[in-house]
Amino acid sequence: MLAERVLSVKTRFLAMYKKANAGHIGSSLSCAEILVFLKFAWMREGDTFVLSKGHAAAALYSLLAEAKLLSERQIDSYYEEGTELPAHPPFNTIKEIPFATGSLGHGLSVSAGMALGARFKGEQRRFFCVTSDGELDEGSVWEAALFIAHHQLNHVVWLVDRNHIQAIGRTEDVLALEPLDAKLRAFGFHVLTVDGHDFGALLSARDECEGLWSVRPAPVAIIANTVKGNGISYMQDTVDCHYLPMTDAQYEQALAELKRAHAATLQGYRDAG
Amino acid sequence: MRAEFAQAMLALFDTRRDLVFITGDLGYLALEGVAQAYGERFINAGVAEQNAVSLAAGLAREGQLPWVYSAAVFAVLRPYEQIRNDVCLHQLPVKLVGNGGGYAYGIMGATHHALEDVGALRVLPNMRLYLPLVATDVARVVNLMADDPLPNYLRLGHSATLPLDIPAFAPWRKLKPGRSRVVIGMGPVIQNLFALGEPELLEELEIWSVGTFPLEEVPEELAASITQKRRVISIEEHYRAGGLGEALSHLLLTSGLVPESMASLHAAGYPSGRYGSQAYHQAQSGLLGPGLVARLKELVRA
Repeated sequence: MLAERVLSVKTRFLAMYKKANAGHIGSSLSCAEILVFLKFAWMREGDTFVLSKGHAAAALYSLLAEAKLLSERQIDSYYEEGTELPAHPPFNTIKEIPFATGSLGHGLSVSAGMALGARFKGEQRRFFCVTSDGELDEGSVWEAALFIAHHQLNHVVWLVDRNHIQAIGRTEDVLALEPLDAKLRAFGFHVLTVDGHDFGALLSARDECEGLWSVRPAPVAIIANTVKGNGISYMQDTVDCHYLPMTDAQYEQALAELKRAHAATLQGYRDAG
Repeated sequence: MRAEFAQAMLALFDTRRDLVFITGDLGYLALEGVAQAYGERFINAGVAEQNAVSLAAGLAREGQLPWVYSAAVFAVLRPYEQIRNDVCLHQLPVKLVGNGGGYAYGIMGATHHALEDVGALRVLPNMRLYLPLVATDVARVVNLMADDPLPNYLRLGHSATLPLDIPAFAPWRKLKPGRSRVVIGMGPVIQNLFALGEPELLEELEIWSVGTFPLEEVPEELAASITQKRRVISIEEHYRAGGLGEALSHLLLTSGLVPESMASLHAAGYPSGRYGSQAYHQAQSGLLGPGLVARLKELVRA
């Protein structure tokens, strides 16, 4: 069940961040549901995932551990001297991580390249790439967008983790992105806008994409509206949660709030029958 | 060398099915044949070098052999981080091709010259550079690159015309013997040594050509010459920083070959603030004509 999965993924990466006394927590909370949904409800064998917003690596590592593709021993080594799991994804170390990311604006292009390679080989694989929204300041993202649309790389799915906050400011104050959906549409993408924390909405987006591909293939961009630091009251929608680690009290509070929210979600499912 | 390069890429296509040719919207009156032969595997990625290089990395990750062509300066410096992260760190066999190394773009101006491409790439992990000298080198180099599992850079320019037969392309090549000085050069600028109009001066110079970076071990014959002559001169159409002279100094010292003197002839940028042909800029840097003659005479006298 996706709700159980995401609770487990979040609990694991919060523990990682706490042990490492590390930041980028808000960035991982922002995309946790997206990652869990892709891995457990959308991607098939042979599909490829690129976390272009490499600063949310803890969420990715936790996801891979959830899928039994990383060991708990590897997870325990996060941030430690000699670890395979640095703050941003490593190169040539983990099969499920095709490219080291962390410098923004690379992921969509390498995804396009892999998709083109798969096309040359006649393979029907899909390529899922999650960028941040602050990342869209990078010109290379738009170079990739032009390319994907022009070459109709229809099996690239570009998901924008739209939390409206970048490293030290709000996106609309730093370099305004809106109207983002119109921009992406103008570039030639079929654009879906969803609540990036709602599995029901993500499911609908998936079904719409699959339906689209079966009748009129087009490159797809999903603007996933999210909240940075989602689910943790003191972090939610703050610039600070990009960088700040947790105190002991904040960690306890975060875990308690996650559990409460999870219980409420389950209750909601029961009420809905 | 552009025409020879296009020919070599066409010939390679006969034997390999994993090639992808990406151009950054350059290659007018040069790549048309390649475009036709490669079909869907020829991609004009537009004026977007960052995407082109990352795209190539993705293709290489999928087992393809991508070549990325542009002007040397655009191929190397615009997408430098993409080369570093997506290609070199991952050790993917992406083949960068830079046309117009040094001042080859001449009157096109400073933005089109590549005087730091070798230095910029030389510091990257896993990257191997190839620098052909004469037209016949190009096909050989293209084949070497196709079989090289590392990321590569090919620096194209206007082929040298030399008044003598030289060995086939190799990391080190002895071009001619000489009496008292060892000159080691990279790329077509070496031809200027043969056009001094000073036969006696030329007789003083034993001339070698470097074809690859990182520099390979000094061959025995060259080591013996350096030990005997003890004076080394390097020549390159590239800034001193990061170029052949620096690489050579390090190699010689760490090989226990300590010459009595080393002199570097290199690109000086735009000392007069004026622009002209490749030959004009070479002359301004003392890499051609009277300036080169004067400098060499001084070095031979020293």
